[in-house]
Amino acid sequence: MYVIVAGGGKVGANVARSLLRLGHELTLIEQRPDRFERLEEEFEHQVQRGDATELYVLERAGIARPPDIVLALTGDDEDNMVICQIARERYGVPKTIARVNDPRNQAHFDLLGISPTICATSSIMALVEHEVPEHELIHLLELRKENLEIVEVQIDRDSPSAGKRVEKLSLPEGARLISVMRDGKAEIAVGSTTLQAGDQVLAILEPGKEDELRRVLLSR
Amino acid sequence: MIGCGRVGSSVALQLHNEGWEVVVVDEKEDALTRLGEHWPGAFLVGHGMDVDLLREAGIEQADAVVVATDGDNTNIVIGQVAQKRFGVQCVVVRVLDPARARFYAERGLRTVCPTSVAIDTLMEAVRACELPARATAAVRAVSS
Repeated sequence: MYVIVAGGGKVGANVARSLLRLGHELTLIEQRPDRFERLEEEFEHQVQRGDATELYVLERAGIARPPDIVLALTGDDEDNMVICQIARERYGVPKTIARVNDPRNQAHFDLLGISPTICATSSIMALVEHEVPEHELIHLLELRKENLEIVEVQIDRDSPSAGKRVEKLSLPEGARLISVMRDGKAEIAVGSTTLQAGDQVLAILEPGKEDELRRVLLSR
Repeated sequence: MIGCGRVGSSVALQLHNEGWEVVVVDEKEDALTRLGEHWPGAFLVGHGMDVDLLREAGIEQADAVVVATDGDNTNIVIGQVAQKRFGVQCVVVRVLDPARARFYAERGLRTVCPTSVAIDTLMEAVRACELPARATAAVRAVSS
């Protein structure tokens, strides 16, 4: 596989190193002269100096071949978005993966159709939410392409949904219950399933419906 | 008006003089001084990538958005956000790199490239030089 890696910071350099170890061919692009010099000692001709948002720099790195994947891993979100747009739309690169540095910029990546993305902050927060019990609604999975997400909800004694059948719940539009985990056993949630205190319920929903779902299941 | 450097501030002032209601956004509070002592329009401190700030600046009602921060890629992204997310009809974006300006112009973004303008202007100025007849002949001889 041929890969272009834009950005030779900690993330980019480590990814490049790992890809080389797996036997892939790649070019790493780094703009900063001090970083470039250090990288050149290790990566030799496989690292090039330049601004990876400039077309001639990308062309020098072989973007016109085109590579199988372009990884936009710089510390600048705008740069990463532009790299992905140029790679896909001008050179027909089949796959791009972009790093999101500031999670507030995720919406911009989504708007421009740049996917998949990876954001360290969001990943850490998802793990923290999974650990902290007061977040009653745990994000398990984001299906960005489908614009859906899967969450887990714990039903307790005070929940208005405890003792109710699924078909009697007025779930918000764009949200469905998937399964109910009770006493270590999971069952697909159907209309006749009755929720009980202690149930762990998986739900699939459109992002933004979390509050409505929380209100119906937990009244909070 | 996103970005209030030399270019942004002048454009903001001229638009104001032409009767536009102008809101200026810049990351640095100091940039306000570029608008003179009596800037009558609004001035917001913040980053143009921040949608809350863009809303506060009234982007949802804006007839036009001009983006001229000192970063080409920042301008390109903000321009697309204004166009695609907020549906602003007239979005004008400064892009210094001619190659990127052309690429995004082909994709429907109204880009202005001062570098290309400078190259054209300089070329015209050089061509307009009146060279003495002998010097012109010498230039021809060298170039042939």
